[in-house]
Amino acid sequence: MDVYGLLIEPFLAYSFMRRALVACLALSLGCGPIGIFLVLRRMSLMGDAMSHAILPGAAVGFLVAGFSLWAMGAGGLIAGLAVAVLAGAVSRATTLKEDASLAGFYLISLAIGVLIVSKKGSNVDLLHVLFGTILAVDNASLILVASITSLTLIVLALIYRPLIVECFDPGFLRAAGGGGSAFHIAFLILVVLNLVSGFQALGTLMAVGLMMLPAAAARLWASEVWSLSLVAIAIGFISGIAGLLASYHFNLPSGPAIVLIAGLQYLLSVVLGSRGGLMKQYFPQPHYHT
Amino acid sequence: MTRLLAAFSLALALLASPLSAAEKLKIVASFSVLGDMVKQIAGSHADVTTLVGPNGDAHTFEPSPSDAKTIADADLVFINGLGLERWMQGLAKSAGYKGPLTIASEGVKTRTMVEEEEGNNQTVTDPHAWQDLENGLIYVNNIVAALTKADPADEADYKFAGDAFAATLKALDANVREQISTVPRAKRRVITSHDAFGYFGAAYGVKFLAPEGLSTESEASAGDIAKLIAQIKREGIKALFIENVADPRMIEMIGKETGVKLGGALYSDALSPPDGPAPHYVDMFKNNVPKLIAGMMDNE
Repeated sequence: MDVYGLLIEPFLAYSFMRRALVACLALSLGCGPIGIFLVLRRMSLMGDAMSHAILPGAAVGFLVAGFSLWAMGAGGLIAGLAVAVLAGAVSRATTLKEDASLAGFYLISLAIGVLIVSKKGSNVDLLHVLFGTILAVDNASLILVASITSLTLIVLALIYRPLIVECFDPGFLRAAGGGGSAFHIAFLILVVLNLVSGFQALGTLMAVGLMMLPAAAARLWASEVWSLSLVAIAIGFISGIAGLLASYHFNLPSGPAIVLIAGLQYLLSVVLGSRGGLMKQYFPQPHYHT
Repeated sequence: MTRLLAAFSLALALLASPLSAAEKLKIVASFSVLGDMVKQIAGSHADVTTLVGPNGDAHTFEPSPSDAKTIADADLVFINGLGLERWMQGLAKSAGYKGPLTIASEGVKTRTMVEEEEGNNQTVTDPHAWQDLENGLIYVNNIVAALTKADPADEADYKFAGDAFAATLKALDANVREQISTVPRAKRRVITSHDAFGYFGAAYGVKFLAPEGLSTESEASAGDIAKLIAQIKREGIKALFIENVADPRMIEMIGKETGVKLGGALYSDALSPPDGPAPHYVDMFKNNVPKLIAGMMDNE
């Protein structure tokens, strides 16, 4: 098999491969920078918690309206935002830290979702619904994913500076009258929106993979927020392309294939990364000053 | 209207029945198709509970503690067998059920199927025997025998209901054969999302192709789907069907890719809820066969 047949032909021959690829690229564009901000804010595990918070909302949407993109997306959005806002409010109003109140609320949300699903009785394969499959992405899902990505990039551009300031010195932003919590909430909305968009394509668990793994890997290659975002987006692109090709040539399920390739790049970055990777720390190159 | 009359006369018969509720057998059936068959034959002599309800998937079912309680209280348990309810042995054991376990498919001429998993070809028994109405007759005999053994006093009623049900199935079987014979032999090819129609295909001469394997447990890969799309285009198959237990989005996507119109919902592993198109075993065929024929007529 030649290079054309290996890399190009699968995408030219099948429109489902092209749609899956576009979905992956669009997802990476939005999720990359969001993941970077989560890593910088030390909220890396929040993506995972939020994906659990979305799950029951989407399940309720499915039970009410069936395989409706909008019902499931809206359900997930409402559940995710409710958990994020409630957790934020509780951590600001009480002595509880945000991670603890978030854990509390997402577990409640998850339990309610599981309760509703099992009470409803019918064993229709909700796993298919909740874990999604990128190979079945239709045009409506693609438009939703692309819209959410565009919105994410525009909003990030608008609140870029205050968001970075809030990452590193929230006290300063408040002292300068910057309205820190407004930016925080806007950011949380973006996180939930991107998880909803990822859930349409990859399923909630896999969407977190495309959000956090490229971001964590990028941290070992770059240090500016903009360059971190670019590296994360590039790693997401590579994961999408290579994952889909692996799924095509080796008959692997596509979601895990994509996330595992992102994971592979993360592990390589841990070893080889130019900013604090293992090789750099334990086998440092001599410094030459000219 | 006839159905309403039937229901009304059934209600009258129930009222006139000398049996009191206390004497009713408590019967558990593993899934909806079997539950319906047992109900048809046991009539007012039993309360039939179905573990995997309408639209549920018996392959991936996970029993809950309340299911264990239902089994523990049962006088009689019916399963399909042939590997469909792999969860039943554990459930019956943990529930401490000691009563008879009737395998409704006993005596059926089984079909084996080659299931491809990660490149390994694995031969397994195809459990979907009820999709052949002649096997349905065997199910009826087994159910009648088990009911008679558990409740000899009502033997005549079971025999009568069983004979009536068998006559219905035989008439339907002849009808299905007649309908399918209107389709040219070369056009009798169908693609559906779940490979549950092996017995149906063998009995009535229709070739079924599926994008997924025998089990609903494995997820299709990009390579599998590409192969299927190539196959649809090569063979000119227009009969494409969503099945009530698999992810319909996958089939919709394949339909869009190949320009094939979807043929509607087939019922294979489970019945529909009472207000749906296939609330009974017999209705399953009355729903499926005309849809299959309409789809196959469009084949090239």
